[in-house]
Amino acid sequence: MGDLFRAAFAIAGKDLRVELRSRTALVSALAFAALVLVIFNFARDAGSVSREALAPSVLWITFTFSGMIALNRSFALERENAALDGLLLAPVSRTAVFLGKYLANLAFVFTVEAVTLPLFVLFFGADLRGVISGIAVTAFLATAGFVAVGTLFAAIAVRTRFAELMLPLLVLPFLIPPVIGAVQVTARLLAGRPMSEILGWLKILALYDLVFVTVCLLLFPALMDE
Amino acid sequence: MIAAAASEGPPLLLATSLERRFGVHRALRGVSLSVRPGECHLVVGPNGAGKSTLLRLLAGLARPSAGTIALDGEALTGAPTLRQSVGLLSHQSHLYDDLSALENLAFAARLHRLAGDPTGMARRRLAALGLTERLDEPVRTLSRGTVQRLAIARALLHGPRLLLLDEPFTGLDPAATDHVADLLAAERRAGKGLVLVSHDVHESWELATHVHVLVRGLWTIDEPKSGSLEEFLRRYREALHG
Repeated sequence: MGDLFRAAFAIAGKDLRVELRSRTALVSALAFAALVLVIFNFARDAGSVSREALAPSVLWITFTFSGMIALNRSFALERENAALDGLLLAPVSRTAVFLGKYLANLAFVFTVEAVTLPLFVLFFGADLRGVISGIAVTAFLATAGFVAVGTLFAAIAVRTRFAELMLPLLVLPFLIPPVIGAVQVTARLLAGRPMSEILGWLKILALYDLVFVTVCLLLFPALMDE
Repeated sequence: MIAAAASEGPPLLLATSLERRFGVHRALRGVSLSVRPGECHLVVGPNGAGKSTLLRLLAGLARPSAGTIALDGEALTGAPTLRQSVGLLSHQSHLYDDLSALENLAFAARLHRLAGDPTGMARRRLAALGLTERLDEPVRTLSRGTVQRLAIARALLHGPRLLLLDEPFTGLDPAATDHVADLLAAERRAGKGLVLVSHDVHESWELATHVHVLVRGLWTIDEPKSGSLEEFLRRYREALHG
């Protein structure tokens, strides 16, 4: 077990180091997130849709699509010089490779979300006082599952000719449950609804994480072996 | 004779009746190979003969459609620890362009769980390949020949007992070619098994203890090295055109 996590942390550390060096995905994801927020802010018909009604959906659309940029980059960097072969030749389990990529993607997407949130407050005037911890828990639960699915499909997509196009097509259907759940929780939190209305959605998000993180951990080794 | 230096004993690598199909195309058709410690098997053949596919199978990066591969008598698909015994140099460097030479090798050392300081180990291995300068610069800024030496250093880093080398002399200048040839000869003398794929028979001939010619996925020559290089080249040409 110690070896598993040692290898996973080495892989995650390498991914983050590469990203810090190039900043390719981080800058792209943040620019994309800012653009989405700007477009939604100005494209909204103020007379028919209030900012409060639109805000939760916009937040999670922004998180989801900017997260996709990170996931695309995750295995794209392993395609350069066939670096993935180097990983697979090492005496570490495929599970450690998945965990390493997963941890790096989690760190990356959380960073993008943390930077995007103040922009969201700025553009949508959302009052996060008193609900920030609830938003953080929701973001953690929704992101943990969506990044697991995204990491698995990024590994599949990277072996196809049109990886950047394939990934959203493969992943988005699986993201419907966590995005719906996260939007529902966020809407209720921003509207100041009681915890009893939120708890059920949080349980669904936690269940999604449990199922999909487990399934991805089990499927990834078989996927890499051929 | 170099061939006489090869040790007797059980094979380090035993591949039996390997087949690899891509749809209807059969890239390998019943290829067998036995490599003992101290042997260097030179594999030559025209483009598309199946040489790189063979190396990928022997490295465990792809599964054969039929046939078996055993390392020290154990199926290659077994425990991950078995991969510690294999070093692969392929057409691709397996390096990260945004990391430095030192960072790339230190990362590989961590993955291979090598004892001691990974960075110090990486530095020593790079020095053995004559790489002592520009170790902290990103790989993407290095020359083709330097990247090739770096890739060789990465393949040798963990002291694998079986070395699978695809065109190890590509992109190297004459001095670096000699250096790498000496290094590989030393590895062979130390009891490592080598499978060396090359287009340039001249550079690899001295190292070889066995020669194989692969044409359309089949061995057409498969034997211990004997006779002169000229004789082998004549037979090689016959194999290609026959």
